[in-house]
Amino acid sequence: MTLERAVAPAQRAVDILGGDVSESALKGYLEGLPGVDAVGLEQRAAGLGTRSIKTSSKAWALDRIIELIDLTTLEGADTPGKVRSLVAKALVPDASDLTTPRVAAVCVYGDMVPHAVEALGAAHGDPDQGLVSVAAVATAFPSGRASRAVKLADTRDAVAAGADEIDMVIDRGAFLSGRWGQVFDEIVAVKDACRKADGGYAHLKVILETGELNTYDNVRRASVLAILAGGDFIKTSTGKVSPAATLPVTLLMLETVRDWHRWTGEKIGVKPAGGIRTSKDAIKYLVTVAETLGEEWLVPHLFRYGASSLLNDVLLQRQKLTTGRYSGPSYVTID
Amino acid sequence: MTRLTVPKTYKLYLGGKFPRSESGRTYEVATPAGEFLANASLASRKDARDAVVAARGATGGWAGATAYNRGQVLYRVAEVLEGRHAQFVDEIVAQEGVSRAAATAQVDEAIDRWVWYAGWCDKYAQVAGNANPVAGPYFNISAPEPTGVVAVIAPQDSSLLGLVSAVAPALVTGNTVVVVASERFPLSAISLGEVLATSDVPGGVVNVLTGSPAEIAPWLASHQDVDALDLVGAGELDWPALEQAAAESVTRVSWPEQGPDAATPSIERIRAFTETKTVWHTKSLL
Repeated sequence: MTLERAVAPAQRAVDILGGDVSESALKGYLEGLPGVDAVGLEQRAAGLGTRSIKTSSKAWALDRIIELIDLTTLEGADTPGKVRSLVAKALVPDASDLTTPRVAAVCVYGDMVPHAVEALGAAHGDPDQGLVSVAAVATAFPSGRASRAVKLADTRDAVAAGADEIDMVIDRGAFLSGRWGQVFDEIVAVKDACRKADGGYAHLKVILETGELNTYDNVRRASVLAILAGGDFIKTSTGKVSPAATLPVTLLMLETVRDWHRWTGEKIGVKPAGGIRTSKDAIKYLVTVAETLGEEWLVPHLFRYGASSLLNDVLLQRQKLTTGRYSGPSYVTID
Repeated sequence: MTRLTVPKTYKLYLGGKFPRSESGRTYEVATPAGEFLANASLASRKDARDAVVAARGATGGWAGATAYNRGQVLYRVAEVLEGRHAQFVDEIVAQEGVSRAAATAQVDEAIDRWVWYAGWCDKYAQVAGNANPVAGPYFNISAPEPTGVVAVIAPQDSSLLGLVSAVAPALVTGNTVVVVASERFPLSAISLGEVLATSDVPGGVVNVLTGSPAEIAPWLASHQDVDALDLVGAGELDWPALEQAAAESVTRVSWPEQGPDAATPSIERIRAFTETKTVWHTKSLL
């Protein structure tokens, strides 16, 4: 999928920085980014969260949310059977209503990719065509604490097993110490390791783990760094650190992507992940994307929710809209 | 010296908290003579939805507590009610326009019923359960289990006694309750919520909605996550329609009762919201 959109590693940095992709050039560029108005950002995010969504829009929003979900299971206790049931849920989210759309992707650990691919069978493919793709977390997820060789092997392994998308974590320790060149090189190397046998690249989502970056300025710098290094998506969090995705952080990343689009015409994806559990929250994100980047961003190759329990809540709301009565947890799967 | 009056805001009791209705609506509660008494929250269907979510969340802890512990907690409610005796008498006099003697009798009876039901907590299973004789080396035991979330339309012609009589029996075996209080006399229901909130009853075990039963009841009846529906105070509503809606998700229904004897204490009221679980267990052959 998405071969034509994936860029070669570091190509963007070469274009922007004019050939000199040294650590100091990178540092100069990132430090030159304007600071973030934290109060304004949080106020704007809070304002976008207060929209009242009426019934017909809500029905549209719920279906669109499902189409944008990366249905995730990232537990130490995952088994092939758990992954198969996750895939079954991805393909038929609500057995009581077959008009329910499929989710965009399933997101699993690298060793579970073969099981996910096998379980998907013919339904494995581009979510833009109604199929379900396989995303794998790699690079010593969630901490990212491993040598580069291990991270790259982890990535290649998942890609070789058939993963269409790689969710990598950045080295937060290096980023916070100011070793941005190292973080940049690592993203470039992982992007390189995403090369598939057919010459294309697996879609690379770069997890910034914003809960560990401390400031909004850092989030903006890390976002731009990830984009420069060739990330196709920037993703808020692993879901293993609190706070995970928050609306202000996601808004900031969306604004960074919007600015990037204005400068270069290129469209980067955003994936908030972790802590989005209710339809109400998910709709706030939908509104924020539509208001910041426009509705054309609400497609699977430009926006995703990383979530596991969100899907069930969306299905309950969807059942309420179709049947006119409130549903309950007995009417969706136990994950 | 004259003081400014400090009128009380009567809000809902949901999940152990006292929120206003999400709709922001209120309605005026008047004395029988038509004088303004207080503003009460006019709960919406979304408040009912939130109440069911809170009640569902509380089922595990409440049903999982030991019967002895539940009995202690419910007895504690009676103790705290006793301490607020005068407040409830005043509220009943103001709302219903009855004499102090009648109001006192009502509060006394309500407290006595709490105590009576509290006592049943660790005794009910002995009475309703059974060791069944079977032809084999097994124990075969039937025991009553709580149904889950019980939605109650409280008796409409009583401010405290009807409410207590409908809520307490459902709590005995470990159910959690969403109760729609009397529309005309809602104030005692919220004061009872304050008693519950300060007497070791976990948040969400009892949720009190005030407002129009005609508006809220259909949503509770059709709610797929409500396990039982007590229509004791729904005699004025189109209750067969409510029963029909409840049947869609196999919700247990208990019928309206009218008159001064409505919801008199009985072991039947406890039984109405239980399910019998029967288990087999091998006997030791030694």
